[in-house]
Amino acid sequence: MTDQWEPKILAFLCNWCSYAGADLAGTARIQYPPNIRVIRVPCSGRINPLFILKALQSGIDGVLVSGCHPGDCHYLSGNYIGRRKSATLKRFLEYLGFEEGRVQFSWVSAAEGGKFSQVVGEVVQDIKKLGPAQRFVKKEAQGSQGSRVQVNSIKKLGPSNP
Amino acid sequence: MEERSKAIQDRIREKARELLLNKTVDLIIGFGEGSFPLRTTPRFIRDPEKTDRLIWNSFCENNLATYLHKFNKFKVGIVVKGCDARSVIALSLEKRFKPDQLFLMGVPCQRMVDRRKVKRAVKGEILRAFEQGDQIVVEGEEFKTILKRDDFFYPSCQVCIHRNPIQADVLVGDPVEESPLIEIHPEIQEFAKKSAEERWKYFEKESSRCIRCYACREACPMCYCAECFVDSSNPKWIEKSLSPSDLEFYHIVRAYHQTGRCTGCGACERACPMEIRLTYLTQKLNRDVKELFNYETGIDTKTLPPLSTYDMEDKQDFIK
Ligand code: SF4
Ligand code: SF4
Ligand code: SF4
Ligand code: FES
Repeated sequence: MTDQWEPKILAFLCNWCSYAGADLAGTARIQYPPNIRVIRVPCSGRINPLFILKALQSGIDGVLVSGCHPGDCHYLSGNYIGRRKSATLKRFLEYLGFEEGRVQFSWVSAAEGGKFSQVVGEVVQDIKKLGPAQRFVKKEAQGSQGSRVQVNSIKKLGPSNP
Repeated sequence: MEERSKAIQDRIREKARELLLNKTVDLIIGFGEGSFPLRTTPRFIRDPEKTDRLIWNSFCENNLATYLHKFNKFKVGIVVKGCDARSVIALSLEKRFKPDQLFLMGVPCQRMVDRRKVKRAVKGEILRAFEQGDQIVVEGEEFKTILKRDDFFYPSCQVCIHRNPIQADVLVGDPVEESPLIEIHPEIQEFAKKSAEERWKYFEKESSRCIRCYACREACPMCYCAECFVDSSNPKWIEKSLSPSDLEFYHIVRAYHQTGRCTGCGACERACPMEIRLTYLTQKLNRDVKELFNYETGIDTKTLPPLSTYDMEDKQDFIK
């Protein structure tokens, strides 16, 4: 069964850089593994740690958060603020016993289609090594084939009054 | 009664009376006699003639800064221990009240006694308990036990390094000698040594006992959101269930929301009716914040809390 198991990975990409980078990878026909589902966010500073936790609880096997390189954020400091949240959250989750690598972070610019594909490749490999997420996954979210994911339930989590 | 506590108690009463009579404040928040032995209760006093209801002893375990939110329209005189004073600083950085709204009566703290530890140390129901020198005398119907006060401190008090209020308008006791900085909280160090699987098991076990009464949230001065994430129905972050995953969710986020804001007072843990360990979570965050951003909560009245700001040079070796 593990041979058939393919990890589901959720990527939060900032609109101005990483999402455009992913787009570029697409238009340039650069291959990357299809394990990834993308949620576009305005900025990496917009990532609420609750997004990441909700994803993990829903049975996602890995989370990638990606934004503009330092200095390039469309909102100037969003990624610096985000970087502090990421650093503290990552350490905290690992302290609790989440495997290192379940949640990953990257900087990908709009010009880095190649880097995007490389990052996704690495993340997928890491998560494959870790195997399906077990800890913290809500029972209902676990199907017979490891994780069954409700990406829609995560998508719905945007602000209530846009 | 212990001499030092008695002297502090007298000065609290005296000062509280003076503040109310002079109308420097509208209200005093302090500690009063609790309805059970080993317990005190927060007491709110407006009448200068009633300030003799205020008490001070080693059972004043609540963090009184929590109550400031309920009285933010008033001028308040408040009794603060080292940790309460730090919470007040942390809250003023978050602009929870106007600068001149508070009058802090600072108590250099003698460390608080863990009532549950005391209860476990004796057989039978405790009917009376009081301090005598450095001892605690506990009496029941058929017993009288004398315990050494120093053996019964709360875990958070054992490792406390800021017992003297950092900021106070008046000190109502002589300063105490601070313990040296314990760089690494012993409990965290021990926990971090375990394997990821053991850590998760422990966390899972502790959080699985949670009944979601939210007493930990209510007791914490830093948990003041008008709508807590657990109560929000749109977006609905977390189900109102006792499923292990939802309990873990609550525990992770309650702690994580304290990043750079927790003073390690331990009020959350003391409030928990299930005696769930909580401070090993927040102390870890405190330590990370110190390590990553060199920040310690409630020490400095100017520097912004770490997650409200940034430094271009912040570490980023974990980012691809
Ligand atoms: S944490 Fe420190 S200041 Fe607070 S009650 Fe304990 S010993 Fe006193
Ligand atoms: S989380 Fe607990 S230890 Fe930290 S400030 Fe709140 S009540 Fe005190
Ligand atoms: S006080 Fe204890 S039982 Fe109540 S919600 Fe907090 S951890 Fe759970
Ligand atoms: S816009 Fe890309 S990180 Fe802020």
